[in-house]
Amino acid sequence: MAVTTMIGASIQRREDPRLVTGHGAYIDDLTRPQMVHMTVVRSPFAHAAIRGLDVAAARSAPGVVAVLTAADFRAVIGGGIPVANAFVPDKAQVPDQFHVAESEAIYQGEAIAVVIASSSYAAADAAELVRIDFDPLPAVMDVDKAIQPGSPLVASGRPDNIGWDAVFPGGDIDAAFTEADVVVKERIHQQRVLPVPMEGRGCIAEFDNYDNRLTLWTSTQVPHFVRLFLSTALGMAESQVRVIAPHVGGAFGSKIRPYPEEYLASAASKLLGRPVKWIEDRSENLVATTHGRGQVYDIEVAAKRDGTLLGLKLTQILDIGAYHGVFSAFQVVACLVAGGPYTWKAVHGRSIGVFTNRTSTDPYRGAGRPEATHLCERAVDLVARELNMDPVEVRRKNFVKEFPHPNNFGLVYDSGDYDKTLNRALEIVDYPALRRRQEELRAQGRYLGVGLSTYVEICGIGPSAATAPAAGVALVESSMVRVHPTGSVTVTVGTHAHGQGHDTTFAQIVADTLGVPYDTVEIRHGDTNESPFGYGTYGSRSLAVGGISILKSCQKVVDKARHLAAHVLEAAEEDVVHDAGRYHVKGSPETAKTIGELAFAAYGAGLPEGMEQGLEAVTYFDPPNFVWPFGAHICVVEIDAETGNVAIERYVAVDDCGNVINPMIVDGQIHGGIAQGIAQALYEEVRYDESGLMLTGTFLDYLVPTIAEMPHFETERTVTPSPTNELGVKGIGEAGTIASSAAVINAIVDALSPLGIRHVDMPARPDRIWKMMQEAKA
Amino acid sequence: MIPAAFEYATATTVDEAVGHLHHYGEDAKLLAGGQSLVPLMRLRLAQPSALVDISRMQGVGSIKRDDGHITVGAGVRHADIERDSTVRDGLPLLAEVAHEVGDAQVRNLGTMGGVIAHGDAAGDYCTLALMLDAEIITSKRTHPASAFFRDVFTTALDPDEVVTGVRFPVARGPHAYIKFRRRLYDWAIAGVMVQDTGSEWRVGYVNLGSTPLRGGGVEQALADGATPTEAATHAVEGLEPRDDVRATAEYKRHLATVLTRRALETAT
Amino acid sequence: MTRSITVTINGTERRDEVEPRLLLVHYLRENCGLTGTHVGCDTSQCGACTVHLDGRAVKSCSLFAVQVDGRSLTTIEGLGATEMHPLQKAFWSEHGLQCGFCTPGFIMAAAQLLADNPEPTDEDIVKALEGNLCRCTGYENIMRSVRSAVKAARTPAAAAEPVQVGG
Repeated sequence: MAVTTMIGASIQRREDPRLVTGHGAYIDDLTRPQMVHMTVVRSPFAHAAIRGLDVAAARSAPGVVAVLTAADFRAVIGGGIPVANAFVPDKAQVPDQFHVAESEAIYQGEAIAVVIASSSYAAADAAELVRIDFDPLPAVMDVDKAIQPGSPLVASGRPDNIGWDAVFPGGDIDAAFTEADVVVKERIHQQRVLPVPMEGRGCIAEFDNYDNRLTLWTSTQVPHFVRLFLSTALGMAESQVRVIAPHVGGAFGSKIRPYPEEYLASAASKLLGRPVKWIEDRSENLVATTHGRGQVYDIEVAAKRDGTLLGLKLTQILDIGAYHGVFSAFQVVACLVAGGPYTWKAVHGRSIGVFTNRTSTDPYRGAGRPEATHLCERAVDLVARELNMDPVEVRRKNFVKEFPHPNNFGLVYDSGDYDKTLNRALEIVDYPALRRRQEELRAQGRYLGVGLSTYVEICGIGPSAATAPAAGVALVESSMVRVHPTGSVTVTVGTHAHGQGHDTTFAQIVADTLGVPYDTVEIRHGDTNESPFGYGTYGSRSLAVGGISILKSCQKVVDKARHLAAHVLEAAEEDVVHDAGRYHVKGSPETAKTIGELAFAAYGAGLPEGMEQGLEAVTYFDPPNFVWPFGAHICVVEIDAETGNVAIERYVAVDDCGNVINPMIVDGQIHGGIAQGIAQALYEEVRYDESGLMLTGTFLDYLVPTIAEMPHFETERTVTPSPTNELGVKGIGEAGTIASSAAVINAIVDALSPLGIRHVDMPARPDRIWKMMQEAKA
Repeated sequence: MIPAAFEYATATTVDEAVGHLHHYGEDAKLLAGGQSLVPLMRLRLAQPSALVDISRMQGVGSIKRDDGHITVGAGVRHADIERDSTVRDGLPLLAEVAHEVGDAQVRNLGTMGGVIAHGDAAGDYCTLALMLDAEIITSKRTHPASAFFRDVFTTALDPDEVVTGVRFPVARGPHAYIKFRRRLYDWAIAGVMVQDTGSEWRVGYVNLGSTPLRGGGVEQALADGATPTEAATHAVEGLEPRDDVRATAEYKRHLATVLTRRALETAT
Repeated sequence: MTRSITVTINGTERRDEVEPRLLLVHYLRENCGLTGTHVGCDTSQCGACTVHLDGRAVKSCSLFAVQVDGRSLTTIEGLGATEMHPLQKAFWSEHGLQCGFCTPGFIMAAAQLLADNPEPTDEDIVKALEGNLCRCTGYENIMRSVRSAVKAARTPAAAAEPVQVGG
């Protein structure tokens, strides 16, 4: 295969031979000499005062090395969990979250003590012997009530339950509503869901007392981030802390922050002088790892009689949980992109972050953007319904058509062709025929529904011009490209893949850009000792930010090699051509130097005046803009008239993520993304009883779909390159999830529209649908 | 998660199993396929003091047909029941029910005896045994299924009594099992089984009360010549579903009616 | 307290002293160092721990090691010990995995299906894999992978031989 075709080729993943044969190295596969095992003792209550803690029996249990509580940890850990600005720098309150509860436990699963033992079995046994005298307190679970003055408090000592209350004005909203012929309103729930990567979290902390160094192996998306906060809290220099993320068995946003257990294991290792391993059980994962969504939206939409959209008002009420998630406020981005791919005179958002006695919410695949798409696509369908128009027509009428397009908040959509993806999706499903069939089936008392979701997403997070004011950080991404003397290449990056196939995709970019054989390129990530500081993998940013950083490092190497080639070939630099890894003087391709030969020369003597030895480059890439993938998804459902059961008949996705490096991997990302949106639309929901205890605490009751529940996904792509970066790429990790819940719910509402039903909340459980149908018929 | 410690003994004969149960007392449990028990032990919701492993117990591993009956040994695994030619020929509904138990891996380990002794209202075989008037054969006696399932996870078994087999009548007539669930491998939110025995219809309900239940009202209506639709209106009689995280009781009652009619209409 | 067990694992017999409560999956991972078999849940829902016990797919988190005394086990490491199993090749060629954590379990579950039934329908495939959860792929490419392996077994010449891409 010619090297120039690596970009755009469906190359099989180099990651896979190891993984399909059982030779991956996930966190629980690792071990260290003298390692001991940590089990966390957690609160079984949503809210309880801790009156007493008796660890004597646990301490004397067989195999126990130590039982550590808040006082032990306070002595070595200097700070709690950090909270990012994330669009809301002025939070109403930022309660300190220490890593173990002290006098009051305020969510089910909150850590209270840890047991360290010679084996995980001994630790589990001893954990049962820790006696905690709890005094249960009323749990604050309902955001509407929690928000009221005088509500019971999530935690004693707080002034109220408000984490933030922020307004995001995008234009003159009153003027927009004044022009309206119709105004539609709806309340839309985004239920709490669980990210549930198949591998839970886990870590091994090894503190070296002699050199005062800490090594932490941890299942994370953000090794550098973890190092930054961990070293600060432990009072260590960042250079003394090494964080290594091994193979990570999925994450979906739930591993983009430091967690208490990473601090606790590190502190325990420091206290005990032995490596400490902690592996999260699934039952723990469902309460101790952050949750997703958990929001309520009140929306009002103003439109003209001809279907022209005018104004969108939304209030986002976000259930933060007991403490701020590190990035929970990031989900406020929903307000800023709620307008979707449409032109509005004004969009006005208000976000209220409300504390409850639940696990913190934090980003989960899409993080604010699936919610935005869901409300926007529901809003457009509500307008279409109100005006008795085809939802396709309302979309076409209001699509943004010219790019770059600044939205109502000044965010600039870089490129797009929204009609193109919609038209193609309509063609695939044969929309007119589908509508005819729907009429026929309706005549027979059957409920067929067609749901559209035309989305645009903000990703490639993010340009410092935007992220610095909003988040207080410059979310750049880094790379180092080093050509060794024999011509092989090592690339280290600040991102960290956990299923996205970066080793393959990045190597494709490097092979093409340097003009070296793909197999000679090694991609390394996940070890803070190897790579430059990076912000990690989330927000569909690894290619559009990290990949471009790699491209730029490669270009620097190519340029240096060109300079050297000119010297070796005794030609003027501007006359030297780089073509597929070979440098030659224009017109003399027969006399060429490969990049490998130049690398060897670069480490030797006789370099051009002023040139340093070596052939490598480091780049921190700060993109000029976000990138804005888009697409059109169509879901066709039939609802069982008697049981309310929803069957997905077809699912068609036409996405546009700009230029594509590896189509096979892009398709895979789309599939998985759609599946998670469908899962939210139909199956998944964290539920609690009145006392605040989780009812969906195992996979028996938390319904992660199996292969039997997922439809076949029909995927196609259009290509509208991004002008934001040289590769013309966007991002694809979250697109499927961002689009799909709206497509499914719009299809369900469409199916039920003859009954006068205009909105259905998620998950569209059959009992809920049946009940709605009964009430509508009554 | 990690189970609490327990004592462990293996039994290769029924007598040996009974002896171990005597020895270890009431907190001991039999371990057959372990597909319900081991997850409960991992969550420490079950902490038996001892496990008596009967997975190698002799004399409970075969399926025999005689005298108009099929006797399935307690140790026969679901996967073997669903594929067994004697079952498929003599009581095809049992093969179909076995195919819907748990998931593929669970069917490779879980046993007939384990499901029956667990006495779960959601245990698919329990309903089949009840509605067909099967007999539960144990180390001590033979129980009519109608007197076996007493309450939530409560059977007529004594603490030292070991299920050795279940004797079902042969029934080759039209039959159906509709197991309504959200995911393919979930327990039934509601399940309905129907079987034409040649002389009459039998109807049974899965997970619609604290025990497996029989649809006596529906059976009587059918005997009186009712159509499936008419008969199905009797489905709710005697059912006692509860609200739970999966569905409301009201919805489950509604399902019972709908699924009864569908089962009767689709029985082949 | 402990019991002695003799087990043949991936063709090699070994003897160990184990506590009765030691779960088979922990025995394989901790005692035998076979870490390709994963733990993904507490309630035997996810199937990441699937291995073959005397040729049948079982969830090794729902068995105690003592129960497999005298029996024969195959783990993901043993499935393609000398050459990749057609399913391993197919999961690779069809992008049937992303993070890879659930993959050994899926391959082991599918391997029993193919051994029992060389011509499975899509319905058969679904039924064989109903006990395994994947969070990354949406199952689309897992279906494709199994179909591809079936096809490869039928026509060895057209086997889904993964292509090592070079420069």
